[in-house]
Amino acid sequence: MSIEVRGIVKRFGSYTALDGVSLEVVPGELVALLGPSGSGKTSLLRIIAGLERPDAGTVHFHGEDATARDPKDRKVGFVFQHYALFGRMTVFENVAFGLRVKPRAIRPSEDRIREKVEELLHLVQLGWMQDRLPSELSGGQRQRVALARALAVEPKVLLLDEPFGSLDTKVRKELRRWLRRLHDEIRLTSLFVTHDQEEALEVADRVVLLHQGKVEQVGTPEEIFRAPASAFVSEFLEIRPAGG
Amino acid sequence: MIPGARAVSPAARWLLTGAALALVALFLLVPLTAVFIEAFRGGAAAWAAAVRQPDALAALRLTLLVAVIVVPANALFGLAAGWALGKFDFPGRSLLVTLIDLPFAVSPVVAGLVLVLLFGRTGLFGEWLARNGLKIVFAPPGIVLATLFVTFPFVARELIPLMRASGSEEEEAARVLGAGFFQTFFRVTLPNVKWALLYGLVLCSARAVGEFGAVSVVSGHIRGRTNTLPLEVEILYNEYQTQAAFAVASLLTGLALVALVAKAAARRFSPADAGKRENR
Repeated sequence: MSIEVRGIVKRFGSYTALDGVSLEVVPGELVALLGPSGSGKTSLLRIIAGLERPDAGTVHFHGEDATARDPKDRKVGFVFQHYALFGRMTVFENVAFGLRVKPRAIRPSEDRIREKVEELLHLVQLGWMQDRLPSELSGGQRQRVALARALAVEPKVLLLDEPFGSLDTKVRKELRRWLRRLHDEIRLTSLFVTHDQEEALEVADRVVLLHQGKVEQVGTPEEIFRAPASAFVSEFLEIRPAGG
Repeated sequence: MIPGARAVSPAARWLLTGAALALVALFLLVPLTAVFIEAFRGGAAAWAAAVRQPDALAALRLTLLVAVIVVPANALFGLAAGWALGKFDFPGRSLLVTLIDLPFAVSPVVAGLVLVLLFGRTGLFGEWLARNGLKIVFAPPGIVLATLFVTFPFVARELIPLMRASGSEEEEAARVLGAGFFQTFFRVTLPNVKWALLYGLVLCSARAVGEFGAVSVVSGHIRGRTNTLPLEVEILYNEYQTQAAFAVASLLTGLALVALVAKAAARRFSPADAGKRENR
């Protein structure tokens, strides 16, 4: 399913976090929303998920206007920066949550839920951890539980907020390769927020560069590298040398 | 260990601990024991006779009735307040948080007087109430209202800081996963605060059972009808029925002890839960 946002404006008091942002993610694509902190990228992701209301502009899924739709009806998977796992539920129950809260008529049977959760935990390589509590897991493991939980409801799009932000460098590199492979496998339309240009360029099909609430440049990693659209882009990409 | 504790010599430490324990014994344990000694001074039969007085039983019934109404009501109000003030930011929020403490700041007698001013015969709503045959002051509804006012902060004050600290991330996650408002509340929000809620409710019920000042103003002291246990104790004591007063007081103390044990149990469970919330 495609995501399209048009002319999104979001203000917090007198501060304008997003100033007329438009972008499109085509079905099956993995797009990075890249920008320095304060560039409005998390706000945009939250608006797409319905957790935040834009002051102006629209959000479309598959060509349909979903701006007024409740988050629970948007069929998005959301992976929070700090995972937001349910601290009192086991890994299994975390992943099963989205299935258990479905209306009775379309709720899968207990057997089917178990099957599905085990399948997902296997996919994120955590099958043997299903009875643990989130507090007993490492950061990378929590991240993967959060991903499995988001995937359980079979979302049409996947939104990830700084998915590798709070992990150490080694785990981060492993996990992002793994995410890339996973994406190649399931081909789910995905948008992820990052402030790390190396991460964006390595993982994403296309990169949307945000700066002070506006889209600075959109393109494949090569395009952006070859022809930075502004002084800001070249400066931002050179702050940390590529490949460093 | 407290920083600097090592600097105190063992002798001084024992002395300080001993002094503290002696104070606790003098001001807490001795009075507590005295209540039971006085209550049973005339023997178990005299105690039972005093407690089985129709007026005493009526007072016990009224006290429990008040608690049964006030405690669930406070659970509801406290959760609503904790949720609104803990999870959301809006203009006037800090004013509301301050207002929740009002019942702690205001003397209970004043709270009772306000109820009389509002609902008494010459009060603001007095005429309307009389015309409709409703009685609030000098009747159980007034006692319930007074107790509600006095006990309101207990649950809310337990929940607000906790709900504030845990933020809204889990709730947001639940919503994105397709949970509706009530599913989110019962599956995510409530389980996260259940021990704090229980703790607040125990404190609230202890106070509801023991409240004297506010209830005293609105009750009218009609024996067998509008007397709660604390009021009954006072009347008996003023009538020089010391033994009966202490017998009824021992009932009240017994209820308080039950509440204390329940509180300790709730405390025991809540830190463990807090530990599980770490590092998230």
